[in-house]
Amino acid sequence: MTPEVAAVKPAPRWVRPIGILGLVTAALTVWLGLWVTPPDKVQGNLVRLVYLHPPLAWVALYLAFGLAALSSLLYLWRRTRSLFWDRLAAASVEVGVVFNALTLVTGSIWGRPTWGVWWTWDARLTSTALLLVLFLGYMALRRVPAEPGVRAKRCAVAALVAFVDVPIVHFSVVWWQTLHQGATVLNSDLQPTIHGSMAWTLLLGFVAFTLVFVWMVAVRYRVELLRDEMGEQDYEISLAERQAEGAGDPPVLVPGPPVEGARPSLAIDNDSVPASTTGVPR
Amino acid sequence: MLRDALLVAGKDLRIEMRSRVALWQLLPFAVLALMLFAFALGPGPDVLRKSAPGLLWLAVLFCTVLATQRSFAIESGEGTRDGLRLSGIDPAGVFLGKAAAVGLQLIVLQAVLWAGIALLFDVRVQTVWLAVVASLLATVGLASAGVIYGALSAGLRVRETLLPLLVLPIVAPVLLAGSRAWTAAAAGSVATGVSWLRILGPFAAVYLVVGIVLYGPLQETG
Repeated sequence: MTPEVAAVKPAPRWVRPIGILGLVTAALTVWLGLWVTPPDKVQGNLVRLVYLHPPLAWVALYLAFGLAALSSLLYLWRRTRSLFWDRLAAASVEVGVVFNALTLVTGSIWGRPTWGVWWTWDARLTSTALLLVLFLGYMALRRVPAEPGVRAKRCAVAALVAFVDVPIVHFSVVWWQTLHQGATVLNSDLQPTIHGSMAWTLLLGFVAFTLVFVWMVAVRYRVELLRDEMGEQDYEISLAERQAEGAGDPPVLVPGPPVEGARPSLAIDNDSVPASTTGVPR
Repeated sequence: MLRDALLVAGKDLRIEMRSRVALWQLLPFAVLALMLFAFALGPGPDVLRKSAPGLLWLAVLFCTVLATQRSFAIESGEGTRDGLRLSGIDPAGVFLGKAAAVGLQLIVLQAVLWAGIALLFDVRVQTVWLAVVASLLATVGLASAGVIYGALSAGLRVRETLLPLLVLPIVAPVLLAGSRAWTAAAAGSVATGVSWLRILGPFAAVYLVVGIVLYGPLQETG
C-alpha cells in the first residue's frame, strides 16, 4: 500500500560550476582586496571594506529583494502562476536577509573607526535595518503552516508590499542628506569616483557576490522543492498507513475477523474510535 | 467599486456603532499610551512638549495595528469571509471600504490625541492646516497598509503576534514623516512641514494602489 518513494532528482548541472566560480572569484577578491590594492590616503587600510560592503548591499537590496519581488509578481499574475516562482522568491528572500544582515554588520564595523560610532540614525542605515525587519516578517509569514497555494499567495503579496520600501531606501540618500556618503559608482553623472586596481577589485567583488548569490539561491530553491515534495509524500504515506490499519487490522475493542470493505479510518488512535466509524458491524 | 466601498465601510462602521469597541477600548488605550510616555520621559514640560508629536504618532501607529486587528476580527465569524467573497462585491471595493472604516476611526483617534497633547503636554499647533493635511495623508497610508496586512494575516492562529511585526516596519516612514511634519506645524515652519508631506503623499498613494490591485488575490487565500 505504501506509495513508491520517488527518486530525488539531482540538482541542475550548472549549479556546481557556479558555486566553484563564486568561490574562486571571492578568493580572488580577498587576495586583491587585502594584498594587491593600495591603502587609501585618508582611510588607510579601512578602505578595503569597500570591496566587501557595497557588493553585499548590492546583492541584498537590489538583487535578492528585486528577484523576490519579480518572482512574487510573476506568481500573482495568473498566466505565469507556478510554485516555481514562489519557491524562487522564498529562496532569494532567505539569501537576501543574510546579505542584508551582513551589510549592516560590515557597515557597522566600518562606521566605528570612520564616523566614531557603531550606529548612526542616518536615513540609509535606518531604512536598511527596516528592510531587514520587513523581510524577517516575510519569513515569519512563510513559516505559518498553510496549503502551498495559499501560502504562496500570501507571501507574494507580503513580498511586493515590502519591496515598495526598497525605492525609499534608494532615494532616502537624496531626500535626507546626512552622514552617509552618496553613491560612488552609480552617481548622477555616471562618473565613477574610484580608479585603477581599486575599481577592478570592486567590480570583481560585485561579480563574486553575485555568483555566490546565484549559487545560494539555487541550493535554497532545491531545499524548498524537496521539502514540498517530502511534505506531499509524507501525507500520502501516512494516509496509506491509516488505510491499511483500517482495512487489515481492526481495533481491539471489536471482536471477530476483519470484514471486507471496512471503511478506512483516518484516526490515529484506534482505541478511541467508536466501533461504528470503522464500519465493522457488531 | 466606490459604491461597494461605501457598503463595506457602512457595514464596518455600523458594527462599530453597535459594539463601541474602538470608542471604549481604542481611545482609552491611546490616551493611556500618552500618559505612559509621559511617565517614561519624566514630568519636565520642555521634554514633553518637544517629543509630543512623535509620541502622538507612536500612539497612532499602535492603534493602527489594533484597529486593523479589530477590522478583521469582525470578519472572523462563521462563514463571514466566504459571505463577503460570494457577495459579488469588487475586492477593490472591499479593500477601500475596510480602509475607509479604519481610516475614519483613526481620524477620530487623532483628534482626541491632538486634544490630549494640547492638554497634557501643553502643545500649541501654530499652522493648523499643515497638521491636518499631514494627518489626513498619513491616515490614508496607515489604513491602506494596515488593511493589506490585516487581510494577509486574518484567520492565522499567529495573527496577534505576526501583524505588528509585518505592519510596523512598513508604516515606519509615516511615523517619521508624520512626527516631523507635526513638529514643523507646532513650530509654525511651513516650508519644512510641506517637505515632509512629500513622503506622506506618495506613501499613501502607493499603498492605496497596491491594496486596490492586490486585494483580489489576497481575498482568495481565506
